[in-house]
Amino acid sequence: MKSFTTHTGLAVAMDRANVDTDQIIPKQFLKRIERTGFGEFLFWDWAQLEDGSPNPDFELNRPEAVGVSVLVARRNFGCGSSREHAPWALEDYGFRVIIAPSFADIFYNNCFKNGMLPIRLSEELVDEIFSRAEKHADYRMTADLESCTLSDEHGFSTSFEVDAFRRHCLLNGLDDIGLTLEHENKISVYEATHGISAS
Amino acid sequence: MKPRTLFQKIWDNHIVHAEEGQQTILYVDLHLVHEVTSAQAFEGLRLAGRSVRRAGKTIATADHNIPTTDRSLPIADAISKLQIDTLRNNCREFGIQHYDLNDPNQGIVHVIGPELGYTQPGMIIVCGDSHTSTHGAFGALAFGIGTSEVEHVLATQTLLQTLPKTLELRVDGQLKPGVTAKDLVLYLIGQITTDGGTGYCVEYTGEAIRALSMENRMTVCNMTIEAGARAGMIAPDATTYEYLRGRKYVPADFEAAVARWQELPTDEGAQFDKSLRFAAADIAPQVTWGTNPGLVASVDAHVPKPADYSDPTDQKTVAGALDYMGLEGGEAITDIQLDRVFIGSCTNARIEDLRAAATVAQGHKVSDHVDAMVVPGSGQVKQQAEEEGLDQIFKEAGFDWREAGCSMCLAMNPDKLSPGERCASTSNRNFEGRQGKGGRTHLVSPAMAAAAAIAGHFVDIRDWK
Repeated sequence: MKSFTTHTGLAVAMDRANVDTDQIIPKQFLKRIERTGFGEFLFWDWAQLEDGSPNPDFELNRPEAVGVSVLVARRNFGCGSSREHAPWALEDYGFRVIIAPSFADIFYNNCFKNGMLPIRLSEELVDEIFSRAEKHADYRMTADLESCTLSDEHGFSTSFEVDAFRRHCLLNGLDDIGLTLEHENKISVYEATHGISAS
Repeated sequence: MKPRTLFQKIWDNHIVHAEEGQQTILYVDLHLVHEVTSAQAFEGLRLAGRSVRRAGKTIATADHNIPTTDRSLPIADAISKLQIDTLRNNCREFGIQHYDLNDPNQGIVHVIGPELGYTQPGMIIVCGDSHTSTHGAFGALAFGIGTSEVEHVLATQTLLQTLPKTLELRVDGQLKPGVTAKDLVLYLIGQITTDGGTGYCVEYTGEAIRALSMENRMTVCNMTIEAGARAGMIAPDATTYEYLRGRKYVPADFEAAVARWQELPTDEGAQFDKSLRFAAADIAPQVTWGTNPGLVASVDAHVPKPADYSDPTDQKTVAGALDYMGLEGGEAITDIQLDRVFIGSCTNARIEDLRAAATVAQGHKVSDHVDAMVVPGSGQVKQQAEEEGLDQIFKEAGFDWREAGCSMCLAMNPDKLSPGERCASTSNRNFEGRQGKGGRTHLVSPAMAAAAAIAGHFVDIRDWK
């Protein structure tokens, strides 16, 4: 798994709540059997007009959004379908950090499996970031997972919370399966005591 | 011993390894696999040189992508076909039981698991699909996982989990005539909102829940994820055991299993992190009007306006939803005209759902401006419906009668809405574009969907003659 220690990048503010994974990556792209290459389909239905041309009003299509890697959104980001294609698409597009007041559980978990850092902040702090992103051109943020702080270049700084185990795995790019298999003897003991045999 | 909830008992029973400051390793009893979220997981196993640890605890079927038209024809969509073929090949390579396209037991994964008796009380059940919460209806801990986790379960038969909080949703009293499990769960989502359950595992309790059939309990648990909770569960009882008795894959010594399952229900005095109470009598038939399942109203109400909300984010959400849905706000729900009706999905495509819809449709004709389809949840459901003559009722009324699959719940196969088309759907998500780009989805119960198909607009099923 990819590791994450610190990241500085251009932020884009998406003033939308309940962004569901159907919007992040619509179903027609879930037929692919690869894990990569989903970035060009990110937010497909929002990014395009009916004639297939780019929607100039869509946040990621604005000229100032070229090269963004930090996404700021409203509450309940990533709700709905469990499709890991959603974090794959965000990551493939270039995002490394997603900031919102809350995330759907499955999506939140899927981010860590793909080297992306989802950061939960209060509604007030997210509001603050929205107004700063509007005020400052070329608005960049830095997320430091070592110190669990998020900051910008204009004096904003806050700490954020992340589960200690997930933080450890992400900092070190640890493979979950490898970690679990360190306890393989315990899995075998569990199976033996529950009458589970190979079949 | 300290009183425990159903959830806590199942969690405790499955701990392989627990350590302070780490996620807990839990044993998985049943892993359901489908074509859309598994290919990359199997590829991951191959790349790492790993095998499937317990193939016997894994079952697979193709459901999301498959056409619901004539199964003897080749699949026209080459990319869908490749994904379906890939699942077949992976199951063969790793020795996994696969209910293939022409198997009589093929169907939506959350329909076939219970009907074949794989789903049992007390189990931990996972699947790369958020509607895995369905299986919680049997008193199992069942939840959706991502593809990385699918790979983890395949390789280790375990999963790393952080302990969620517990939320009791209690519904007292009896549902009124015409009010179904679908209305109940849509009402609850409307009340607690689409992220009200985030971070929690839900247990549904109370008289109204106890009175539900297994099919109806599955509908309720299925939609738990639409309130943000990964898992929803209902304690097993006589209804559960009678449903399971005699099914193909239940334990050989069924009575001994029942004795074990009877230990599972939440103990008297056990504490939930949060408990909310509702009255069944307050619930009317529900219709969603927006673009998430929490944006829902009683059928006898009006579509709200952004100004009805105080929170600015809610106002923006509602304004965007109305715009997408082609509604002004203020319309009577029963004035909303429809183009399409879809009866199907892992939420509402079981035999009782089809019976409920057929009862309404019998002797009527689908409105001449509505195109209506019925997609059974599984081959078994289809067969039973045909034995009962439900297919004839639907066909005579002008409904299309299809083969089993997920179909227009998510429109990955050829069944989809055209831009601007408005659909009454028994499925679980009314997200933008869910049933086809630009399509407008209203979620309802099977009976309400059937009545809407006939009337051409929503009708209050309580007034149906």
